[in-house]
Amino acid sequence: MSTPTAAPRRATLVTRALRVAEMVTTPLLPADYLDLINPLRAGADLRGRIVDVRRETVDAVTLVIRPGRGWRGHVPGQYIRIGVDVDGVRQWRAYSLTCPASAPDGLISVTVKAIPDGKVSNHLVRRTQPGTLIMLDQATGDFVLPEQRPAKVLFLTAGSGITPVMGMLRNHLDELADVVVLHSAPTADDVVFGAELRELAATGRITLLEQHTETAGLLSLEELASRVPDWAERHTWACGPTGLLDAAEEHWAAAGIGDRLRTERFRPTVVTAGEGGTVTFAQQGQVVEADGATPILDAGEEAGVLMPSGCRMGICFGCVVPLRDGAVRDLRDGELTTATPENPVPIQTCVSAAAGPCEIEL
Amino acid sequence: MTATAEKFDLTIDGSGAGTPQAPAAEATTDATTGARTARTPRTPNSRLSVVTTERRYVPKPSGKPDPVAHLTAEDIEELGRELDALRQEVLGSRGASDAAYIRKVIKAQRWLEMGSRGVLLFSIFPPAWLVGTAGLSVAKIIENMEIGHNVMHGQWDWMRDPKIHSTTWEWDNASPSEFWKHSHNQLHHTYTNVIGRDNDLGYGIMRVDEDQRWVPSYLGQPFYNFLNMLVFEYGIAAYDLELGAYVKGRGKDKETFRRDAMKVVRKIGRQARRDYVIHPVLSGPSFLHTIAANAVANLVRNVWTHSVIMCGHFPEGVETFAKASIEGETRGEWYLRQMLGSANISGSKAMHFMTGNLSHQIEHHLFPDLPSNRYAEVAPKIREICDRYGLTYTTGSLPHQVASAWKQVVVLSLPNPQPGRTRVGIAAEAVGKRVRRRLRGVTGMPRGRQSRVSA
Ligand SMILES: Cc1cc2nc3c(=O)[nH]c(=O)nc-3n(C[C@H](O)[C@H](O)[C@H](O)COP(=O)(O)OP(=O)(O)OC[C@H]3O[C@@H](n4cnc5c(N)ncnc54)[C@H](O)[C@@H]3O)c2cc1C
Ligand code: FES
Repeated sequence: MSTPTAAPRRATLVTRALRVAEMVTTPLLPADYLDLINPLRAGADLRGRIVDVRRETVDAVTLVIRPGRGWRGHVPGQYIRIGVDVDGVRQWRAYSLTCPASAPDGLISVTVKAIPDGKVSNHLVRRTQPGTLIMLDQATGDFVLPEQRPAKVLFLTAGSGITPVMGMLRNHLDELADVVVLHSAPTADDVVFGAELRELAATGRITLLEQHTETAGLLSLEELASRVPDWAERHTWACGPTGLLDAAEEHWAAAGIGDRLRTERFRPTVVTAGEGGTVTFAQQGQVVEADGATPILDAGEEAGVLMPSGCRMGICFGCVVPLRDGAVRDLRDGELTTATPENPVPIQTCVSAAAGPCEIEL
Repeated sequence: MTATAEKFDLTIDGSGAGTPQAPAAEATTDATTGARTARTPRTPNSRLSVVTTERRYVPKPSGKPDPVAHLTAEDIEELGRELDALRQEVLGSRGASDAAYIRKVIKAQRWLEMGSRGVLLFSIFPPAWLVGTAGLSVAKIIENMEIGHNVMHGQWDWMRDPKIHSTTWEWDNASPSEFWKHSHNQLHHTYTNVIGRDNDLGYGIMRVDEDQRWVPSYLGQPFYNFLNMLVFEYGIAAYDLELGAYVKGRGKDKETFRRDAMKVVRKIGRQARRDYVIHPVLSGPSFLHTIAANAVANLVRNVWTHSVIMCGHFPEGVETFAKASIEGETRGEWYLRQMLGSANISGSKAMHFMTGNLSHQIEHHLFPDLPSNRYAEVAPKIREICDRYGLTYTTGSLPHQVASAWKQVVVLSLPNPQPGRTRVGIAAEAVGKRVRRRLRGVTGMPRGRQSRVSA
């Protein structure tokens, strides 16, 4: 048998076998049965199994995850979405990867900090056991270092915002000559990866500046020049609460070097509310009353509607569906979008709230 | 014409067939005086309304008494509130253990089905045939009842798992899920036991209530019912397709019907190919034995599901309702109709499970979107409510209820007796009249008309 025909022949054989398998499993798919045996196999929906839960601080843990065979790897600084069942309900949240990009054991990790009243973060930090199967999505995001590594870098972080930065430090530190990390946390004990960062500082690989806000107060960017005199020469990656990032964007823009600052936001900046109204999900036959502050994504999910979603904060466009009729308001800037059945408009449901009655094509 | 076109707003029951939701602001009782202040006028979809302003009863032709004559409008309103609270209690405690339950059932069912089909590859050996056929029968029943029926009701939609969701689920039944959901969730669950609106009352081929008008063709209904039992999944498919209405020229337009019928035919084809071609071929020398095993498993499921479903609304003691009685129906009244229009089956845990908890038919009809594993804990509370309000809670063992439903099918195949005339007498007279008309027709009427009469 000649080699050129062998591969296609095998491919057709596989396709044929697959077709027969589908005929056997109808109305289900072969995958529904294979998932019983190996949910992490190649070709399955991407899932992961938590193999270890490591405590970082009192309210943060690192989840070490074995991703399914379909995992395509990541660039440090990127995030993944995790679908985890909390009280029986599937919830999706984004978490930055903190692991080496190509660990020999193939494991990946994210680090989660519990926030007050946070549904998913508290579940992951306090109640999740090794062995748990979770849903995953491929890594995405552009909060990464450029191919051409900058000579001088500033990482401006606070709280759980250290996570994507840790991902970069653990992978690229050798390629970075001059790194300053300016990190805020309530106390020294609250610094996630505190020991590792201090160790890096002690060996002179990074300059670490810690702001313990319980004693020293919130970091003011007025002090930036005194703490990092050459801040304006540095390429800066900032990740933290909305207040810090807003202030940083203003500060860098005022200095005319807005292009040297990159930010990663963990939640949308909400400025206005819509008026609220009745949201109709025509295809799935659900009608819900949503107030003007609730994203249509949340309102729909609450009612059991299957909604596509991604980052849940307006950056990935994974939640876009057509607005068929009515009006919605963008929670980030208050902009009103209206649609008619003749003129449906795609909207991001995660950052749009009803502004009167509206109909979503779902 | 399907009932959708009429003036009730079906969205309140939704394709998920939830209990209609009361708007939060509506329970308007004045805290200080206890007097109800804002009374909502009866609107077409007042099933959202928790306020019952008047007691109305629309009598039925049989002249049967009003089963709730002893309740006032306030009682019914209070009943509605109690049931709402009960529903809320379960919703509030829905959680990880419920999710674990349905996942466990689905997993076990799939293993059982795979295992049984595996065993049947050697079905030429009698023990393998017996074990495999029994296993496959049970797997098919669980798949239709505890899993398919309940998932398609939206009982598990709250988990937000796209793989266990009413909008994505497809079941091992001749009727495609989209048609079944419409005729079952939207029509049957909304119009439960309303004569002339709920086609589940006899599936359009039988008379199962005295207040349904008798025609001579019902004489054959014990036979149709038996036949329907043997091929029940195809019966459901034809019913969900609204084949009867279409044949009578009252149904969907030709184009829609063709398209829908193709979907059904294709689905039946896929299932038949699996059960009667691929699985037998894979069994090699056991080819014929595996065909027989699949046929028996499908038959067992047909007989079982037909029997269980007959027990839901046909047994004696179940009330039906006049068409006009649901005009402007409120939540309390809707609940009442569901309670009085359904019958339970009592028995062991295993029996409840194998019926997909449809043995808790009363609870299921009150709260169609509550997870099925929770009906058992709701049942005693419903029973207590029924006792307190003086309402009948119809229940009995499986053999008793099946016998009762069959008795209705047989007795009601004859017309209602009238003073001085027996059922048989009236039937004989009606048949005689029809035969005479037919004979006259052969000589005097155009042909087209005759075939219509015989159809
Ligand atoms: C790209 C991206 C990367 C992320 N990476 C990480 C990470 O590496 N580690 C990590 O711990 N988290 C990360 N997050 C945040 C994470 O996705 C969740 O938002 C967070 O865990 C809170 O979810 P929850 O279900 O616990 O809170 P929810 O129950 O959704 O919210 C509870 C309350 O907290 C508020 N809230 C929501 N998010 C935040 C927040 N980030 N900070 C403060 N208040 C909030 C809500 O408005 C609400 O009032 C990331 C988010 C994004 C978009
Ligand atoms: S979920 Fe990412 S943009 Fe809406």
